[in-house]
Amino acid sequence: MLKRINGTDPFLASIKISDAKYPAPFPSQLEYGCPARGTWNIVHTGFLIPQAHEIFVCAEGCLRGVVLTAAEMNASDRFSTVEVREQNLLDGDMEQLIIEGVTDILGSLDYKPRAVLVYTSCIHHFVGCDLGLVYRTLRERFADIDFTDCYMTPIMRKSGLTPDQLMRQQLYSLISLREKDPKKINIIGNNLPTDKACELFGLAQEAGYEIREITDCKTYDEYQSLGEASANICFNPVSKCSGEELEKRLGQKLLYLKTSFSYDEIEKQLSALCGYMGVRTPDFSKSRERCENALRQTREIIGDAPVVIDYTAVLRPLSLARLLLTHGFNVTAVYADGFTGEEREDFDFLKMHFPQLDLFPTVNVRMRSVCRTRESKTLAIGQKAAYFTGTRNFVNIVENGGMYGFEGIIKLCGLISDAWTSEKDTRRLIQIKGMGCGCV
Amino acid sequence: MSNLKNQTAAFISTYASDTSGVCSALYELGGMTIMHDASGCNSTYNTHDEPRWYDFDSYVFISALTEMEAIMGDDGKLISDIVSAAKELKPKFVAVAGTPIPMMTGFDFKAIANEIERQTGLPAFGFDTNGMHTYVSGAAKAFRAVADRFITDKLGKTSGLSVNLLGATPLDFSVNSSLQSAKELLTENGIETVSCLAMGSDLSEIRRASSARVNLVLSYSGLDAAKLLQKRFGTPYVVGRPCGAFGKRLMADIKAADRTGKNAVGFAGSSEGDILIIGEGVFAGSLAAAIREETGRKAFFASATEFDDGLFGEADVIARDEAELRPLIGKSRVLIADPLYKPLCRGMGIRFVPMPHEGFSGRIFRKDIPDLTRSIAPLLEQL
Repeated sequence: MLKRINGTDPFLASIKISDAKYPAPFPSQLEYGCPARGTWNIVHTGFLIPQAHEIFVCAEGCLRGVVLTAAEMNASDRFSTVEVREQNLLDGDMEQLIIEGVTDILGSLDYKPRAVLVYTSCIHHFVGCDLGLVYRTLRERFADIDFTDCYMTPIMRKSGLTPDQLMRQQLYSLISLREKDPKKINIIGNNLPTDKACELFGLAQEAGYEIREITDCKTYDEYQSLGEASANICFNPVSKCSGEELEKRLGQKLLYLKTSFSYDEIEKQLSALCGYMGVRTPDFSKSRERCENALRQTREIIGDAPVVIDYTAVLRPLSLARLLLTHGFNVTAVYADGFTGEEREDFDFLKMHFPQLDLFPTVNVRMRSVCRTRESKTLAIGQKAAYFTGTRNFVNIVENGGMYGFEGIIKLCGLISDAWTSEKDTRRLIQIKGMGCGCV
Repeated sequence: MSNLKNQTAAFISTYASDTSGVCSALYELGGMTIMHDASGCNSTYNTHDEPRWYDFDSYVFISALTEMEAIMGDDGKLISDIVSAAKELKPKFVAVAGTPIPMMTGFDFKAIANEIERQTGLPAFGFDTNGMHTYVSGAAKAFRAVADRFITDKLGKTSGLSVNLLGATPLDFSVNSSLQSAKELLTENGIETVSCLAMGSDLSEIRRASSARVNLVLSYSGLDAAKLLQKRFGTPYVVGRPCGAFGKRLMADIKAADRTGKNAVGFAGSSEGDILIIGEGVFAGSLAAAIREETGRKAFFASATEFDDGLFGEADVIARDEAELRPLIGKSRVLIADPLYKPLCRGMGIRFVPMPHEGFSGRIFRKDIPDLTRSIAPLLEQL
C-alpha cells in the first residue's frame, strides 16, 4: 500500500494567537477528520444507562458508524436498528416505520430492557415526523418499558443544542421525580467517572454528603435513585443544559462548578460547593503548594521540550496552556477549532503575554497533508496533538480524564511526567473509539 | 405500504454506504472527494470504511452542511469552499457525493459538478448517492464515471493477454495480500495486469486501460465500468474473483473471452441447500463455486449488496434484511458469513463459519480476513 513520505509545512495551517479572533480563529469550510477517535459519541454515552437498549432509526449510511461503535464496545446485544429507505420518504410512513420497527425489535430480543433510547435522525427533522405520536404509541404498547427520545441530528449542530449536548441532556431524562434526600448530590454530565481523590468528594464527605454519578450505577434502579439527590454538580460546559433541565424538571439545584486550571477559579468553585453544603470553606493553601511542587518537578523532568495541547484532552485547553506557560513550560501550540465562552479571559491573557503561541485547527483541509513529525522530542497532551506532531510521548486522556480541581492538576502533572519518560503506541491507542468505554 | 418489518435489524450490522463506496473507489486516484453532509459520514468513513486513512493521505472531506444551508438551498457556500480548497490542494479532479439530506432537498449534483468544473478547470463529478444503498452501488457509480471520463483513448491492444482489474476497493479486499495474490496468479498464467480500478494504480495507468484485452470484474461494483468499456472499446469481460480452485476456472474464462470476445460469469450453477454464503455477490459466488469444485458439496450464496439477477445461479438470491435471511439460513447446514451475522444462527442448529468482510464489520476482524486467492483450505477445515 502507498504510504506518505512527508508533508507540507504545518505552520501553513496555524495562526499566532496574537493574530487570532475569538472564539473561532479559523473559517468554517470543508472539514477533514483525523484518526484520533478517543472521544465518546452518542452511542457510548447512551449505554451509560444500565439495562437500557438503544434503537437507531436512520439511513444505512448513518447507521453504519453507530452499529460498529456498539459492536466495537461489545454491546451489540443492547443495540438494534431500523433502516430508513427511499420509499419511506415517498410513502410518508415514517411514524409507522419507527413504531412498527421498534415493536418488531422488542419482540425479537432475548431480554426485556428496562428502558429504550430511540434515536431519530436529520431526516425525521426535515420531514416533520410526528415524534409525539411515535412516543405516545410506544409508551402505550409497552407500558413496562421507559422510552426516551434521543437524536442523531448533526445537521442541527449549529441550531441550538448540539447532538452531544442533547445526548447528555437526554441521558438523565428517564430519571423520575422522587423524594429528595438533602444529603445526596449528583455529579452529572460526564462520560467518565470523576476522580474520587478530587476535592469534591472529600469536601462532601466531611460535610456528611454523599456524591454519586451515572458511572457508579450498575442497575436501572440505581440510575433511578439519582432522582433522590437535592443538587447536581456539573463542570463540563456542554452539560450545563443537562443541569438546567434537571433543575427545572426535578427541582434539583444546579451547582455549576466550572472546570479550570486556575487556582483562584478552582477555589471559587469549591467555595460555592461549601456554601451550598453550609460549611466553611477550608484553607486551600496546602493544595496550592502541592500543585506548585508538582508543576516544578514536572517542569524539571521535561525541561524546555515543546508541549502541545488539544481540545479533546481537557475541557479548557487555554486555561491549561496558561497554567503551564506561567510555570515555565514551553507550550508551543494549542490544537482547537474554536473555544467556549469560559475560555475568553485565558484567550485574552495568552494573546497579551504569550503572543507567539500557535493555534492549529484540527478539521481544516490543510491539516490533511501537513507534516506530522517534529524535529525535537515533543510532549503532547491529547490524542489529536499527538497525532499531528507524531510524538509517542503523550498524555492519553479525553474530556479531562475524570480530573478536577487541585488534585486534577497534581494528577495531570504525574501523567505528563509519565508520558515524557514512557513512550506509547500512539497509532494503536488513538484509534480506539470512546476511550474508557470498554472498546479495545 | 412497504413491509416495514423487513427494515429492522435486531441483531446484525449494516454495510458501508454508497457514499463511502464513492470515496473508497476514488481514494487512490489523486482527486478530492467531498461528502455533502453535516457530519458523521466522514468519521464513519475514515474509522470503519477506510483502512488506508492513517497511512495514505487522500483528500476526502465533508462539506459540514448546516440546517440553514440546507433549508435555504445555499449551494454557493459549498461551491466556494470546494473551489477554494481545490485551488490550494490542486487535486486531479473533484467529486461530490451525496447523503440523505441533499437527496431530500433535491440537490442538483450534475449542475454543481459543472459549476465546479467551470470554476476550477478540473474534471468534476457529482454522485447522487444518498446513504440508503450499499457501498457497492456508490463504488459502481464512481468506477463508471472514472472509466467514462478518463479511459477515452483507444489504444492498441497489448500483444500478450492482458486484463484490467475492475471493482477493487478495501471494502472487499481489505488491505491484506488478496489483491496482490490475484495479480500474481494472473502473471503466473501469462496474463498482464494493465490497470486496477482502483487499488494500486494511478490515473496514468488507468488511462491506458483500453489496451487490455479483457476486463476482469472482481466485484459487482466493477461491472458497470466493464460494460461501458465493452461498448466503447469492444473489450469482453469476465466476472469472478480468484478463489481456490475457482481461480483456474477464471483464468480459463479470461483466455476464452480473449479468443471469442464473449463475456463470462464463471460462478453460476448453484443449487439450494447445505452451505450458504452471505456477502458481496461476486466474492460470495466465487467462493461458492470454489467450494462446489473442491468438495462436491452444494453451496449457494445470498448477495447482501446490490447485484444483478443475470449473474445468479438457480438458488442464489439477493437478501439483505434479517427477515429475508433467516429462512435461507434455516434451510442450510452451514453459514459462511461475516462474524457479525452469527447472532442470526442462534437456535438454528447450524454451523457458523466466520468470513470477515471489511464492508460489513469494518476494522473489527481485519486481522482475521483471509487471503483465499490460492487456497480455501483454511475455510474447508471449518466446514
